[in-house]
Amino acid sequence: MSDGAMQLTAAAMRDQVVRGERTSRSFVDAAFAASDAADPGGGALNIFLGTDRARTRADADAVGAGGGGALAGVPVALKDNLATLHLPTTCGSRILEGYVSPFEATAVRRLREAGAVTVGKTNMDEFAMGSSTEFSAYGPTRNPLAATRVPGGSSGGSAAAVAAGIVPIALGSETGGSVRQPAAFCGVVGIKPTYGRVSRYGLVAYASSLDHVGVFGRTVDDAALGLQVIAGSDPRDATSIDVPVPDYRSAAGSSMAGVVVGRPREYFPESLDPRIRDACDATLDALRSAGAEVRDVSLPHTDLAIPAYYVIAPAEASSNLARFDGVRYGRRAPGDGLRGMYEATRSRGFGAEVLRRILLGTYVLSAGYYDAYYRKAMEVRRLIAGDFHAVFASGVDVLLTPTTPTPAFAIGAVSDPYEMYLSDIFTVTANLAGVPAMSVPVGTVDGLPIGAQVIAPHFGEHRMLGVAYAIERTRQTRDAT
Amino acid sequence: MAVSEDDVRHVAGLARVSLEPERVRMLATELNGILSHMEVLAAVDTSGIDLHARDDDDGMPLREDAGPQLPLARSRSAFAPESRDGFFLVPRLATHEDAAEGA
Repeated sequence: MSDGAMQLTAAAMRDQVVRGERTSRSFVDAAFAASDAADPGGGALNIFLGTDRARTRADADAVGAGGGGALAGVPVALKDNLATLHLPTTCGSRILEGYVSPFEATAVRRLREAGAVTVGKTNMDEFAMGSSTEFSAYGPTRNPLAATRVPGGSSGGSAAAVAAGIVPIALGSETGGSVRQPAAFCGVVGIKPTYGRVSRYGLVAYASSLDHVGVFGRTVDDAALGLQVIAGSDPRDATSIDVPVPDYRSAAGSSMAGVVVGRPREYFPESLDPRIRDACDATLDALRSAGAEVRDVSLPHTDLAIPAYYVIAPAEASSNLARFDGVRYGRRAPGDGLRGMYEATRSRGFGAEVLRRILLGTYVLSAGYYDAYYRKAMEVRRLIAGDFHAVFASGVDVLLTPTTPTPAFAIGAVSDPYEMYLSDIFTVTANLAGVPAMSVPVGTVDGLPIGAQVIAPHFGEHRMLGVAYAIERTRQTRDAT
Repeated sequence: MAVSEDDVRHVAGLARVSLEPERVRMLATELNGILSHMEVLAAVDTSGIDLHARDDDDGMPLREDAGPQLPLARSRSAFAPESRDGFFLVPRLATHEDAAEGA
């Protein structure tokens, strides 16, 4: 926008609305203008699956000056697997085409009650199964910074909406890195909180023990504010944990003096792109200069994370997605009898990657294979969680790693399923262990953004954000000199 | 533990999915490729792991056995227009209609 409206942080937007200096309507119109400029006709980048501009403008007009909401009048975007009342929730799948939920996700309700205004539902890999947003039934999303590249996934539409300057905050979801990886690919901030920190009520389930609602922000402060609003216990989610929510934005001025930052050697293999290694090491140097102690550490079971994850996640998916049967949700395809209808509906409604994971999950849970695959993977998951417990118990406050082994790859470049799974290699561990982690931009490789990942102990989001704010600060200082 | 085409057909049946023969062959190849990377798990010593052990004795926190009213934004009739005896009615299958007519 020519008046710079969309360059403001979410907190600055909110303050201007509350003081009556600008209206929410002006920010929403600026968001639409930014969307039209970045994605003319919606077909170039394919960021949004569902919008209702008239309704969004009406919602914005209902936000008056003087209200006290933490996000009063701020435009936001939502991944299309979060249940909303007025826009469809398709999960990027044909099987839920046109489905409108009769209830609202808790995270969405909390944003709305804080005064945020939803500008649209964003594209995603079907049922969050993917790492590139190429596996949406509604076509791929492209990276706003390089349209021949993927935005990452599965929350690629939300990452792209923030990167394109349409919204300062967007919600995504994570099962194995689906917020942090696209955040790194799109040059924005992405947070996966502690498992139980944010309610999953109304998040369409993929793998329930690994699923999290996450937040994208253009800055660390935007993401911290978004997390502040949606965090907290919820009686509608049995895995929600009743732990007080600290003031995350108060981490902004955190001193790095005495903070112990671990550099796990398994996340810096010989095969890592040296430019990504150098960017992460430069970030560690900057933190050291700010007073932190950097310590080499080991998480010895890291190389088992992808095999364990791709047993557990498809197993849980095969159970969760059994509900899409042509009776209870979405579309129905005619078939011969009840079973024929089930099979026709599911075979035509699900895409290839979803079917692959359902069958993989059904196989590893089936008689004769449960102990060899599923039980073993769950035991290995305990070992991976134990690695984190041990390293944090040794006095390490946070870990710093690359978020991804590469920058954004070209659309269509990765066709082998397991090769695609490996793009989550540095992120799945935090989902398996349930610890909070976030990606912060730390530079570029071949002109494409890359991120560093900060990982903290359970409910250590405040410390994690303190380090992220410091990384952002030191980058701004370096860029200015 | 190679996945055969019969295995694919078996799990497809369990998952209520129908597959064309060519797709069965492709999936057998794909699943074998993916599962070959999982074989590394078998070599891991997990004899000391008890999946039922917890760090605390609290167990899963339980709410009172009287859940809150589900916050439906629309009346049930808006998304499930037909009901009988407290149950939602869903569109009939042709085979069920035949059965009803014969009853």
